[in-house]
Amino acid sequence: MSQRSFEGSGLRIYAILYLLFLYAPIALLPVFAFNSGTIIAFPLQGFTTDWFAQMSTNSTLRRALGNSLTIAVSASILATCLGIFAARATTRFEFPFKGGIMGLIMVPMVLPEIIVAMSLLVVLLGAGLQLSILTVIAGHTLICMPYAIAILSTAFSSLDKSLEEAAYDLGETRWGAFRLVTLPLVMPGIISSLLISFTISLDEFIIAFFLAGNEPTLPTYIFSQLRFPKQIPMIMALGTVLVVLSIVLLAIGEYFRRRGIARISGKDSGGFQ
Amino acid sequence: MSDDHRPMIECQAVQKYYGDYHALRGIDLAIREGEFFSLLGPSGCGKTTLLRTIAGFEGISSGAVLIDGKHMEDVPANKRPTNMVFQSYAIFPHLTVAQNVAFGLRRDPRGKAEKTALVEDVLKMVGLSGYGGRAAHELSGGQRQRVALARALILKPKVLLLDEPLSALDRKMREQMQVELIKLQRQIGITFVLVTHDQEEALVMSDRIAVMFEGEIAQLDGPEALYARPANRRVADFIGVMNFLPARILAETDEGARVEVAGLGEVELPRAQISRANPEDEGVMVGFRPETMTLMGPGQIHYQTRETGATIDEVVYYGDMTYYDLRLDGSARLDGRPRTVRISMRNVFGRDVQDVGTRTQLAWSPGSLVLFR
Repeated sequence: MSQRSFEGSGLRIYAILYLLFLYAPIALLPVFAFNSGTIIAFPLQGFTTDWFAQMSTNSTLRRALGNSLTIAVSASILATCLGIFAARATTRFEFPFKGGIMGLIMVPMVLPEIIVAMSLLVVLLGAGLQLSILTVIAGHTLICMPYAIAILSTAFSSLDKSLEEAAYDLGETRWGAFRLVTLPLVMPGIISSLLISFTISLDEFIIAFFLAGNEPTLPTYIFSQLRFPKQIPMIMALGTVLVVLSIVLLAIGEYFRRRGIARISGKDSGGFQ
Repeated sequence: MSDDHRPMIECQAVQKYYGDYHALRGIDLAIREGEFFSLLGPSGCGKTTLLRTIAGFEGISSGAVLIDGKHMEDVPANKRPTNMVFQSYAIFPHLTVAQNVAFGLRRDPRGKAEKTALVEDVLKMVGLSGYGGRAAHELSGGQRQRVALARALILKPKVLLLDEPLSALDRKMREQMQVELIKLQRQIGITFVLVTHDQEEALVMSDRIAVMFEGEIAQLDGPEALYARPANRRVADFIGVMNFLPARILAETDEGARVEVAGLGEVELPRAQISRANPEDEGVMVGFRPETMTLMGPGQIHYQTRETGATIDEVVYYGDMTYYDLRLDGSARLDGRPRTVRISMRNVFGRDVQDVGTRTQLAWSPGSLVLFR
């Protein structure tokens, strides 16, 4: 055997182990969600859907789900709307300190979330604001913005600047040109930004934990239930539902992003390849 | 003023600054009604900026732009009687060909059937009859160009502005579209203003050409005058190929000048053949186009009045043409540096291409010389 193919096989084993380590725990979620035993261990006891039934009758869980959906929908819409302004400004106009301003907007992506959460908490309490799901929405909008802008900037920058000018030249107003030409063309980007912001907000823990006050969200509820071994199979069922939901949302988001690029026949330069 | 010479577009002392950058330095220009007018110059000369100020996309720092006798200062681009064909064509990718063409009719009160008929008429005019249902991405470059034309022309603008409309096409398609654009312009009779950096394109298509350098118009003339009598060396260099030989003025009167040209000897040049040199040029030069002189072969007949001895330095064969670089006898006489000049000869039947190193005779006439001083 040549040295080259020996190296190849080593890398192959490495890659397989890597993927196993990444995805095996997630793959175990549905396995135990359908297991009739209350202890999370092999061998499996038997098949049951009781945990899913238990989940659907739990009122605290329902409240947490309701909160999480409200927060995720609001935060994703806010982050996407603000993202549209920022992305259009940065791709279309030149203004002083543009790089610095955009950098500051992108910082929450790399800033430790615990620091963002802590400083927000201090500021909100200092301002005398009541902690509620509104404060979580504000926090989630902040951390979703960088992702929204990254997606929307790609959508806006792959758009020919002359398109809006052409619509204006043909007699439309500035708003008409934006609405009739730019908006339909960046719509796939907008949808993809909404979906990804929604996913980020839905499973965000630290900010929700710090800023929600007494209101539960899904992640904080799950964390609180992990202390009770009896509840763990139900959490596994909940986890399974969330994983499926996330995969579906990300797939839809990616579908729209790619369709957007295909529609304006640009080059794919980002996203999930 | 007679009606066919009425100015459609007037630029009066137009200045444009981008911050410290002086993009347009006092443009005075009158473009006639029904004229095919070109703005020609290298990139960064301000030609596109000038076009965009006419369209209304850019404001001006001072001066005035008038279209059809009306001041355009407070008229935004969407209210001006101009329409533009963009360099990238800017076809709306989410609309069909017919929807693209009909875009400008959205605010038109006419009925749907009437508009549909109008769209079909305009598509027919640009040779895209029956393409209305196609999606934008199904079109070739030439077809996109036609859609952009149709979309602009359906609004019956007084002026059609074209920003390097042919630069994205391959050579064959470009030459075909040049002819079609000329025909279209004659057919509908409206004023066309073309921006191009391609001197050949400007010469082929335009009634008049403004050559621009660094935000100023260097020369405004018809294609023939521009080619034969460039106003200065820079224009001469930019449009086609021109040979330059150092010269010395022996005597100058109101009628013209008597000049000694390195390698060509003494000539009398009338005033019409005297142009300006650029301030940065060194000394007086005489220029001539490669095709105005004839390389003498055995048994060659020519109608030129003068002959000069020369040696062939280089031969470049192009199929229909051959370029010869010649070292002229006595070309070093004025400043001690020998000069080569480029001559082009059409390859006609029975005329052999001559070899490098051959001693030969160059036949020429003083009428083809331009003095830059």
